[in-house]
Amino acid sequence: MPEHGSKSASVGPQGDRVRSDLNVGFEPTSGALTVDVTSKVDYLYGEAIESAVRRVTDAFAVTTGRLTVNDAGALEWVIFARVECCLRRAGLDGPPVLPEPAPGADVPRNRDRLRRSRLYIPGNQPKLMISGGLYGADGIILDLEDSVPPAEKDAARLLVRNALVALDWGASERMVRVNQGAVGEEDLVAIATHNPHTVLLPKVEDASQVGRAAEILRGLAGEEAAFLMPILESPAGVHRAFDIATADPLVVALTLGLEDLSAELAAPRTTEGWESFLARQTTVYAARAAGVQPIASVFSDIENEDALAAYVHRERGLGFDGIGCIHPRQIPVVHREMAPSEAEAERAVRVVRAAREAEERGLGAVAVGSKMVDPPVVQQAFRTVDLAVAGGVLAEDWDAEA
Amino acid sequence: MAVKLEINAAGRKVPLDINGRESVPFKGVGKHRPEGTKAAPRVASCVDFPADGDKRVASLKEALLRVGLADGMVVSTHHHLRNGDAVGNLIFDAAAEVGAKDLMWFPSASFPVHANQIGHLDNGVIHHIEGSMNGPLGAYCSAGKMRGLGVLRSHGGRWQAIQDGEVHIDVAVVAAPTADFFGNANAVQGPAACGLLGFALADSIYAEKVIVVTDNLVPFPCLPWQIQGNNVDCVVEVESIGDPSKIVSGTTRITQSPDRRRIAELAARFCAEAGIMRDGFSFQAGAGGTTLAFAMYLAELMRAENVTARFARGGSTQHMVEMLDEGLIEVILDGQTFDLDGVKSMREDPRHQDTSPFTSYNFHGKGNFASMVDVAVLGATEVDLEFNGNVVTHSDGRLLHGIGGWQNCLAARCAMLLVPSFRDRIPVIVDDVTTVCGPGEMIDVVVTERGIAINPRRQDLLDAVAGSGLPIRPIEDLKAELDRICGVPARPKLSDDPVAVVKWVDGTVIDTVWRVG
Repeated sequence: MPEHGSKSASVGPQGDRVRSDLNVGFEPTSGALTVDVTSKVDYLYGEAIESAVRRVTDAFAVTTGRLTVNDAGALEWVIFARVECCLRRAGLDGPPVLPEPAPGADVPRNRDRLRRSRLYIPGNQPKLMISGGLYGADGIILDLEDSVPPAEKDAARLLVRNALVALDWGASERMVRVNQGAVGEEDLVAIATHNPHTVLLPKVEDASQVGRAAEILRGLAGEEAAFLMPILESPAGVHRAFDIATADPLVVALTLGLEDLSAELAAPRTTEGWESFLARQTTVYAARAAGVQPIASVFSDIENEDALAAYVHRERGLGFDGIGCIHPRQIPVVHREMAPSEAEAERAVRVVRAAREAEERGLGAVAVGSKMVDPPVVQQAFRTVDLAVAGGVLAEDWDAEA
Repeated sequence: MAVKLEINAAGRKVPLDINGRESVPFKGVGKHRPEGTKAAPRVASCVDFPADGDKRVASLKEALLRVGLADGMVVSTHHHLRNGDAVGNLIFDAAAEVGAKDLMWFPSASFPVHANQIGHLDNGVIHHIEGSMNGPLGAYCSAGKMRGLGVLRSHGGRWQAIQDGEVHIDVAVVAAPTADFFGNANAVQGPAACGLLGFALADSIYAEKVIVVTDNLVPFPCLPWQIQGNNVDCVVEVESIGDPSKIVSGTTRITQSPDRRRIAELAARFCAEAGIMRDGFSFQAGAGGTTLAFAMYLAELMRAENVTARFARGGSTQHMVEMLDEGLIEVILDGQTFDLDGVKSMREDPRHQDTSPFTSYNFHGKGNFASMVDVAVLGATEVDLEFNGNVVTHSDGRLLHGIGGWQNCLAARCAMLLVPSFRDRIPVIVDDVTTVCGPGEMIDVVVTERGIAINPRRQDLLDAVAGSGLPIRPIEDLKAELDRICGVPARPKLSDDPVAVVKWVDGTVIDTVWRVG
């Protein structure tokens, strides 16, 4: 007898150009389950592939049907995700088979970390995810939203969940951009307990959207719930920026999506960006008022590094703490432009040293030379020193001679 | 047929008899010195050639009859026309027409365009090939369909084999982008201009008979003469010696792959941090996407630190020419040109010097340039924990690439392999390479996207980059990470049927390629 209620299903790309991925097909039959594997790496991993497939079919207690696997060098966590998705599409159910956690899969999140650069990686392209942690971005965003077509949302969700477990993200913050609405809630449920550090919520227009996401994450992960970074992508969202930034303590940063915003404004996006000037300023003001980080929109012309540098320079000047990247080669440019100048760094070091001295001596007020320094300036000086170290302007041991 | 095998100094089983010649197993780097006098063709006399210098014959077929092509002879061609070459195929079509059998083809390299020869291997015109085989020819050889053993040699090793008499060329066929009726030829002019003819130079000097084939005949004298007509027996005009669009590319492209760019950048930073990149240094970089990116990052660092290279070894490209024009490089010593800017520069700029495997790589020269280069960056299909490198076979044992100048370049003061740590789950860092092409003692640094492994024999380099912030890691550590990411691979089963051998630069046999499937 075929598995009850099962139907034929297929998932994953096909063709000669596929690399580091696989296609899985399922046909219900009344005979005992067969698994046919064709793989470019058969001579090295033939047995490993079949055993990975069987682990998922065992978890789903599938005993009949025919599974066909066409593999182009996919890693095990990709195989687990694709087979699981195929069986789910076939109408079957069972517990996921998760890969071995990578070193660093349990690195804790950090509210105040640097978020100068965040690199978007499409959530349905495992090949692009594998080395994501190597490029030194402050954050890697596995994207389930715009870069994934509607018909692939289910597949991408499982790939991203497994990537959260199996990938070494290096020093990068582990971020996921989920979808809007009900699909987004399914995304949150799938990833909540796999240590996403920060979840980006698209097109937030209302504080209640943030509250709902926070509720789902807390419900599943409790104290370990991921931080939130709402994205303002509409005039309505910008209008309620402060409410959104203060909607929940999990919010750590506020960012903007200028492509969609421009479309809704009916004002084409220009290089000068006057059409979004108020939105950008509002985001900075709302974020600072709420005590969260203002983060600028992505820069999408990857060939033009000079224009990127100018963009980063301008956004930093407006008060933003970070920029979105769509290609790893943008990262060093962003970090260079986000770094304070040597003069700024030196000034900040003087303030930081004065603040420490004041603390040691139990003084309430901080003075540099004969000048008193206000608390916001002290706070900003600490941030500038961190930025200067991260950007290579100050040596890591700048403090050694003091 | 049972083949007598012996374990060589690289620990590899190699045949003692190769196509009826006795061979010497690899003894270790620098351990083998052939003796005797250099090989030479028979004495010729000018009175046997036309006094007016006109050596033209009407067709390739007539040329083969004129030079006395006979069964079992060795016929050589060069690969400067790369995948656009027509002459390699035309000459064997003509050989078939005159009824020749059992020829040995001795190309300086073959390309997928030469799949044409499979017909001639099947019908007995070609007995076997001694030269690189990739694409369809690689598959043919790997499947054990060739009658003799393939012999893979480096560019320098080919010159060595010609010079010490291991290979005696009966008929050399030189595809010439420009030539005169006397046989003087060059590659800087003509519709199929490919820059130079260095790979054909030994053939023109040591072969019994030399045929120049051109599609751009100019009045005597053809200047410059990269090939001297005094060595040439006859000249054949054909409609086309090749497809220019496949000979050189309009532009060579720097890789856009983030991983490969990262590898290139790490390698360039390594050169700077290790003190290799200093005023007056030299480097070798080819036309692969990663090595082009390496040159780009190196140029940035050279500019920033105001450093000039005395010379760079090509394969030249637009990017290397730009460095010459900018003054970052003083001289290009070029073995082959990869794009139109390279050809133009070689034609017009006296600082852009053509070279041959004799000057650059030959084991029997009184020195060669390869060991004088400060740093060479190369690719590989595999490298193992002993730093042995493989560049000819895929991990399943299939013949994939020729050696090119790869083995020769390992003589550089610092030889670096720029490789991804794995390709589509196939690990590049392995326990044992499938085929040893370069002994580990010659390979100094392996740069991957996941870190840089320095050969423990190079304590000087380890010391030089200590504290640099570069991700220096033991090679075992990289391998362990790959085992975690990819899974521990099974050992592919190879047959014990040799289909080809890999020669070391001194003519000894370093490893065997086994039949697959």
